[in-house]
Amino acid sequence: MPENLDFILRTVLQGLPYTAGAAAGGIALTAVLSFAAGLALLSRSRTVRVVSRVYVEGFRGTSEVVQLFWIYFALPVLVGLQLVPLFAGILVLGLNHGAYGAEIVRGAVRSVPRAQYEGAVALNLGPAQRMRRVILPQAVVEMLPPFNNLFIQLLKNTSLLFLIQVPEIFRQGEILRPQYGGQLGLIYLVLAVLYLALALLITFATGRLERVAARRLGRKAPGRAGVPATGGGL
Amino acid sequence: MVRFENVIKRFGDNEVCRELSFTVAPGEFVTLIGPSGSGKTTILRLLMTLERVTSGLIEVGGEPLSHMPRGKGLVPADEKHLRKVRKRIGMVFQQFNLFPNMDVLRNVTEAPVHVLGESRDAAEAHAMALLEMVGLADRAREHPTRLSGGQQQRVAIARALAMRPDVLLLDEVTSALDPELVAGVLALLRKIASTTDITFLCVTHEMGFAREVSDRVMMFDAGRVVEEGTPDVLFTDPGHERTRAFLHAVLDRR
Repeated sequence: MPENLDFILRTVLQGLPYTAGAAAGGIALTAVLSFAAGLALLSRSRTVRVVSRVYVEGFRGTSEVVQLFWIYFALPVLVGLQLVPLFAGILVLGLNHGAYGAEIVRGAVRSVPRAQYEGAVALNLGPAQRMRRVILPQAVVEMLPPFNNLFIQLLKNTSLLFLIQVPEIFRQGEILRPQYGGQLGLIYLVLAVLYLALALLITFATGRLERVAARRLGRKAPGRAGVPATGGGL
Repeated sequence: MVRFENVIKRFGDNEVCRELSFTVAPGEFVTLIGPSGSGKTTILRLLMTLERVTSGLIEVGGEPLSHMPRGKGLVPADEKHLRKVRKRIGMVFQQFNLFPNMDVLRNVTEAPVHVLGESRDAAEAHAMALLEMVGLADRAREHPTRLSGGQQQRVAIARALAMRPDVLLLDEVTSALDPELVAGVLALLRKIASTTDITFLCVTHEMGFAREVSDRVMMFDAGRVVEEGTPDVLFTDPGHERTRAFLHAVLDRR
């Protein structure tokens, strides 16, 4: 039994770099796409808004597995472009979760009080300066908790990449199944613990970011109301 | 310096400015009084380009604010034109509207650096002089949220002055303050009004202050100027029944 555990662990851990890489790459792409599409949803140009809306609804409203198969199997047939499985996976994870993230960015930007926008107009800051220097730094604090959720979901969805033969931990577990059929409980327990550990890592990292961002806004702890001013208050 | 010509502003069916026409001379301190909903604040917001006129024309320093010249006529202003005319105008808000993502000094220097193109050193030197004037030089590196309401409002005044406006709009700047903090902010405004040639448009319920600093007081009701005059005349011998009733209501409250 201990030897089995040892072998199971070693086999599964071989997949860890792929799971971690897919998650990290997916998260990076998600962050970029969320901001790009989220800000585009707020654009004054109707065309920009429509393009972004099509992206969001398209990727949010169709199955991730279908997207995965489409990019990995259909794309080579259609345009002759064959992607390395891991990159195809990262691309789908990023595109899919970026569509959800766009709504997070849009919502957070809109939650910044209008008074902040007006204060920036009164100082004659231009539209891009208002967004970059005043609105976004405040909106980011509101985005981090929902992004934490989204990133954890993305992490767990890296297991879908087993469908396109990426040797990530879930697929490593599948490899073990025929041989160690009697210990399925152990195999899936190991997998569950690994996903949990990675998820806690993500939560820890976004928690840190949230505290830093909140401190920049002069708030003490995230999730609580602002520090009451000594006088008039906010 | 400021000219309204037949300005109409509607929010849906609600007409907040009804064919308003008036002018404000350079350096003049004009106070707008009247019951809430009478259109005073809307006038300031129109001047700050936070709202657009429904019809009519607003000029600041001889330039059309809400519109820009094109061909023979005037068309609604685009962002570029708005940024040009906004240069002359500053505004202090009831709720201060300081940026919580910047410390006090940064609040004051951000626009001079990024809008006026001042060097950071020059902007900081100017900002420190302004913070000195408002009595908060020692709080320059603090977060705005750690200051009292009165202190925040004084920072907001310094921030507006850092842009060297020709026209400064004061929108009920003491209404959100605890009573004991009001005097300090009013004393500061009095000092600025008497030592600069800035043109002021001030909406306030502080009648004592209005009477003391104003060159002219305009009484508004239902989107129109009911009556205007020097503070002495308007406060002691108002000619209009509506003004009399309003002043009674406001002064009796104390």
